Amino acid sequence: MSELRVAGLSYSVVDRLILKGVDLEVRQGEILAVMGMSGSGKTTLLRCIAGLIKPSQGSITVDGEDIVPMTETQLNRVRLRIGLVFQYAALFDSLTVRENVGFGPLQHRTKTPAAVAELVTSLLADVGMPGTEGMLPAELSGGMRKRVGLARALANEPGLLLYDEPTSGLDPVIARTIDDLIVETRDQRGVTSVVVSHDIPSIFRIADRVAMIDQGVIVETGTPTELRRSSDSRVRAFVDA
Amino acid sequence: MASNDAGGEGAAARRAPEGPGWLVVAATFVGETSILAGQAAWLAMRGKFSLRETIRQMAAMGVDSIPIIMLTCAATGSVLAFYVADVLVRFGGAGFVGGMIALSFLLELGPVLAGVMVAARSGAAVAAEIGSMVVTEQIDALRMMSVPPVRYLVAPRVLACILMMPICGLFADMAGIFGGLVMASTHGVTQSAFMESIRTMATHADLMKGLAKTLWFGLTIAVVACHQGLNTQRGATGVGAATTRSVVLCVVFIFVSDFFLAQVLSGASASMR
Ligand SMILES: Nc1ncnc2c1ncn2[C@@H]1O[C@H](COP(=O)(O)OP(=O)(O)OP(=O)(O)O)[C@@H](O)[C@H]1O
Ligand SMILES: [Mg+2]
Repeated sequence: MSELRVAGLSYSVVDRLILKGVDLEVRQGEILAVMGMSGSGKTTLLRCIAGLIKPSQGSITVDGEDIVPMTETQLNRVRLRIGLVFQYAALFDSLTVRENVGFGPLQHRTKTPAAVAELVTSLLADVGMPGTEGMLPAELSGGMRKRVGLARALANEPGLLLYDEPTSGLDPVIARTIDDLIVETRDQRGVTSVVVSHDIPSIFRIADRVAMIDQGVIVETGTPTELRRSSDSRVRAFVDA
Repeated sequence: MASNDAGGEGAAARRAPEGPGWLVVAATFVGETSILAGQAAWLAMRGKFSLRETIRQMAAMGVDSIPIIMLTCAATGSVLAFYVADVLVRFGGAGFVGGMIALSFLLELGPVLAGVMVAARSGAAVAAEIGSMVVTEQIDALRMMSVPPVRYLVAPRVLACILMMPICGLFADMAGIFGGLVMASTHGVTQSAFMESIRTMATHADLMKGLAKTLWFGLTIAVVACHQGLNTQRGATGVGAATTRSVVLCVVFIFVSDFFLAQVLSGASASMR
């Protein structure tokens, strides 16, 4: 549903450059996987795209609008169309699973409470956690929290979904379910997705295109098949590991 | 905390300005807290905040604080009576004991002690809660949901604290005077003499002056606690540091602003006469 274009994106903290001129393009309904070593800047990239942090240079265009110069108020309007699945879930720990998942639609009154309750039940079933509505985040395992975080992002029906390592820390069976869910979400709603992941089998299962990031630089972008045949040593090291 | 920076990214930007370090820090602090207070007030005026959350916060702040406020004030009141009654009775001023204690509490001790206890209890809780939400990215999650943290978290807490502080102050006054009354009665001042003295020396205006102070203290405590919470640094020690700073700043501001409020309020009542 949405289109994303990142051009010449740099981000620095104090005097350290974390992202160095990142260029990316994600077409409508496409799933782009971003892979890279720990500390290569993947989360930072997603946080820039979500408008949570301001890059020092470059542009981030969502559906033709550059979000970099936007104020928080303007960003709030754009963020209605962007979902971010946090690496560590970031659930509201004073709220139940039900309140967490239904948070967006309830706050913005886009649905009736009854419709939200129904949506929550079906989303929780989708992520493999039926019947957990009344639980608190503190009562969930890391993997369960992650799935609630995913359900919460889906509840807002965003056009652009950013997943920060959606399958890390999950068992292979659940990881497979989540992979299927990411593809299904795209197929059913035409959602554009950026999936950050280290999980090579998962990446090759779901991605239309893959970008390899290393120390804040995109070193190669291509289809999964192209990356598998890459001659770049950094990509090889990752794919063959 | 600028309006477009509701998360924890303010710290990096704050290192930028040059000049005498403390002056920059102080100016930034005053600027950011004023903006935060302004935003909260603007949202509150337009009714753009959760009434349910406000009531929940009022309950939490009241239930948290009123028992300890009453305990500390009753103790302080009786200690005050212990010293004052002795001296005044010896010099033939038994008729002033009740009034002195009542005035001390209505004008000064009630509001200030209530403020300090609320800062220590509820202010710390607010800073710790919001701080841990920063560290665990819950504030970022709010922003991703297009729900401004100032609207969801700050406005209800500021409103609740402003509304609860006068009630806390009232309980502080009552407990303090009661403590004084009990102690004075064991030092040769009868209950009826104590009450008569209050009636002749203290007025409703004294009560109102004290309660007016508590409104300001409530605003200060909530805004400072929210500001410290929102500016929590990532890492394990961040929340603890934010909580401590919040309590220290609140207590210092209560005492310092109390000095100025006392001047302003007595000036105001003098011009009314
Ligand atoms: N606020 C910050 N202050 C200082 N350095 C930071 C900050 N945020 C990120 N970094 C640094 O930026 C680099 C990239 O971090 P980022 O979290 O984007 O990595 P990542 O690719 O998501 O890693 P992982 O796979 O482990 O999650 C790291 O080296 C990190 O130390
Ligand atoms: Mg990461």
